[in-house]
Amino acid sequence: MQTRYLKSFRVIISLFFLVVSTLIFIDFRNSFSEGFISSFLFLQFAPSVVKVLQVAGLSALGFLVILLLTMLFGRVYCSTICPLGIFQDVVSWLSVKLRRKKWPYRYAKPHTVLRYSLLGLTVVFMLFGSILILSLLDPYSNFGRFVTYFGKPVALGLNNWVAPMLVSGGVYTLYPVTLPAIRWEVMLFPLLMLVLVVWLSLKYGRLYCNTVCPVGTLLGYLSRFSLLQIYIDEQACSKCGRCDRVCKSSCMSFRDGSVDFSRCVACYNCLKICPDNAVKYSARHGRKISLIDKDYLPSPEKIDVTAKPAENPVVDDSKRSFILTSLLVFFGINRFARAGTDDIPEPEQDTTIPEKKNYPVSPPGSVSLKHFNSACTACTLCVGVCPTHVLQPSLLEYGVGGFLQPHMDFHAGFCNFDCTSCGEVCPTGAILPLSVDDKHVAQIGVVKFERENCVVYTDNTSCGACSEHCPTRACDMVPYIGELTIPEVDESTCIGCGACEYICPTRPYRAIYVDGNPIHKTAERPKTERVEQEVDYEDFPF
Amino acid sequence: MKRRDFLRKSVGAGFVAGTTLSFTGYNKLFGAELPETDTPYDLVAVRGGEPEAMFDKAIEAMGGMGNWVKPNQSVLVKPNIGWDVIPERGANTNPGLVRRVIEKCYEAGASEVVVFDHTCDNWRRSYQNSGIEAAVNAAGGRILPGNDESFYRDVKVPQGRQLKEAKVHELVLNTDVFINVPVLKHHGGAQITISLKNLMGIIWDRRWWHRNNLQQCIADFGTWRKPDLNIVDAYRVMMQNGPRGVSEDDIVMMRSLVISPDMVAADAASARLFGAEPHQIGHIRIAHEMGVGTMELENLSIHRIVV
Repeated sequence: MQTRYLKSFRVIISLFFLVVSTLIFIDFRNSFSEGFISSFLFLQFAPSVVKVLQVAGLSALGFLVILLLTMLFGRVYCSTICPLGIFQDVVSWLSVKLRRKKWPYRYAKPHTVLRYSLLGLTVVFMLFGSILILSLLDPYSNFGRFVTYFGKPVALGLNNWVAPMLVSGGVYTLYPVTLPAIRWEVMLFPLLMLVLVVWLSLKYGRLYCNTVCPVGTLLGYLSRFSLLQIYIDEQACSKCGRCDRVCKSSCMSFRDGSVDFSRCVACYNCLKICPDNAVKYSARHGRKISLIDKDYLPSPEKIDVTAKPAENPVVDDSKRSFILTSLLVFFGINRFARAGTDDIPEPEQDTTIPEKKNYPVSPPGSVSLKHFNSACTACTLCVGVCPTHVLQPSLLEYGVGGFLQPHMDFHAGFCNFDCTSCGEVCPTGAILPLSVDDKHVAQIGVVKFERENCVVYTDNTSCGACSEHCPTRACDMVPYIGELTIPEVDESTCIGCGACEYICPTRPYRAIYVDGNPIHKTAERPKTERVEQEVDYEDFPF
Repeated sequence: MKRRDFLRKSVGAGFVAGTTLSFTGYNKLFGAELPETDTPYDLVAVRGGEPEAMFDKAIEAMGGMGNWVKPNQSVLVKPNIGWDVIPERGANTNPGLVRRVIEKCYEAGASEVVVFDHTCDNWRRSYQNSGIEAAVNAAGGRILPGNDESFYRDVKVPQGRQLKEAKVHELVLNTDVFINVPVLKHHGGAQITISLKNLMGIIWDRRWWHRNNLQQCIADFGTWRKPDLNIVDAYRVMMQNGPRGVSEDDIVMMRSLVISPDMVAADAASARLFGAEPHQIGHIRIAHEMGVGTMELENLSIHRIVV
């Protein structure tokens, strides 16, 4: 086989994955179907592992496909499927073009201790039921955050610049879209990571993948035993050093003719550049093929056994809350600080009674705060898919362990009664899919009504905005004074969709709001009686 | 000058060829009243038929759509598309009625018919699941977005008592004819919702109205710009749990339709169909007192049709 063409092949596949992944996260018009998104993301490694651990579903075995591919071909995940890896390739490529540096890289020693420590830390945290380190380092989730936090605003800005021109010409193909602003505190960590990743890829090619990324380290370890490997045929090699200088993993040492295949991301640059055909990509002559060597290959069962945090979580709540409190004091932020999206003229009088919320609200299908917090890698895909924008990234609303995980922000929007999108796309199983019927009774929180904050009580005027939006009559208007009606709430039929809180016009405190259920419950279905009324079609009551 | 204004003026000057909206509707903003239409009745009510057939009868009795839509005029049809629910739940205007209204506009020579609502639920889902998007497309109209603040323009409401200004969707300002097509239903906050209340779907900041005497604000806004024609869908009427409703149990098959150029009269007659006295409905009573229209049905010439 002509291995020279492998590089072009790799570039084409990788660009496909990069472009589609980017579009999926940018898609503010909900153009992609949930089914397409979830099948496209099937191969993303970390989410797939988490999903299998959390829900043990066979539908999530994408990571086994990746393991198999790795055992055959090396880290093709890193070179073609991982969006963060390809993103770095694009950055490196631009940098090389701009600096006109023909030979940008050179062999370097691996950071063995660091990379295995970070992988170890990730695994240990997961053993103890915390997904935090994986969330911070997972390339797919980082990529999702980059696009959502930084790429999407650029795309929206462009859209909102062009759309009004078209709209004023009567063309509504594009239309302006305004999204709730993401708080700057939330963007700090992703910004830091973006700077790190871009800097590393500008200077050192794939150093992030070979030092920081736990997926890269794990697949790197496995690829040492893969069937096909890159190696230098010393007899054919003229020691020109070209392969060494185009290797973005810095893993080819032309001087001693060695290739550290654990760091090779299967980019195939070396195959293309070698003038002597001395760089080979095949089963290495005389080496035992590792696929049949049990000592080398950890079976999938082994991985399952070592990491079952869902069934036996050990969460040190006191430490978590201590760190949370310290951080909150440090940042001086309100625990329930929200996206500042409301643009409402000043009401005559401010409400005086603060909302009493005990728990944040996790999305429908996320079972409980514990399940959600231990399974969400904060890729923020659901934030992008949510048509009402009620799902917003959190900072520390869930505590440190739930850093950046999305929460239901009822000041940004409310949960559409018949919508089940977030559960259908979630690649980690943090949000499990619900049928529309189950969604109608999935109680993620319950309504609280503070009568003395209510417009009807304070101003003696009609309102009813909360009841108007309530899909289950958990908030009903009952007779008050004269023609006036005032809300009456029923927690048993409330599902915590937050429509009442979203639309309630009182400020600064809302008269009606939702307090989260730490463990989601099943609400009662609203009881309605059929209206019995005879209609005489020949009678006009006027 | 804002970029948008510049662009609009450029468009008006023929800078961009092939535009489809005309901007003559701006005249109405500067006090030029519409010519009084010559209609045989003040109000027509129809009972016992399907929405399309009832509308055909009603508009025929009113002298035809040509009384309101002249050749080459652009028309805004404003149904209630507030909720992401199916037509059988009666929370949105009947899609069949919307379709027929648009078809009649085109028959009268309309250059273009546009439709939008500032929905409560997600707009894309509401447009789709209400059946109205399909109905508009089938009739050859265009259904356009209304859920972004950038579409809305500041207007003054000089005769308003509580409401002095509002942000109104530019389509209301840019079209020649405004046809209001509300659905009659129960409303937990405003008692019932019909024509006057349906105009909350053309403004941006509804929360302010709720916070500042809702019934007065609804009536106040009626003084700003009266729709040229009001077509009340009372085919499936939500009698309880409005305005969103819970299930089809809330619905009574009323099979009725009311049309009138007078919003208050249309609402008064529809309220009676619902079983309420118009003067008991805050915004209808206030709108009557403020001269938006009349709720005294006995003083009107009403034509009643049984299908």
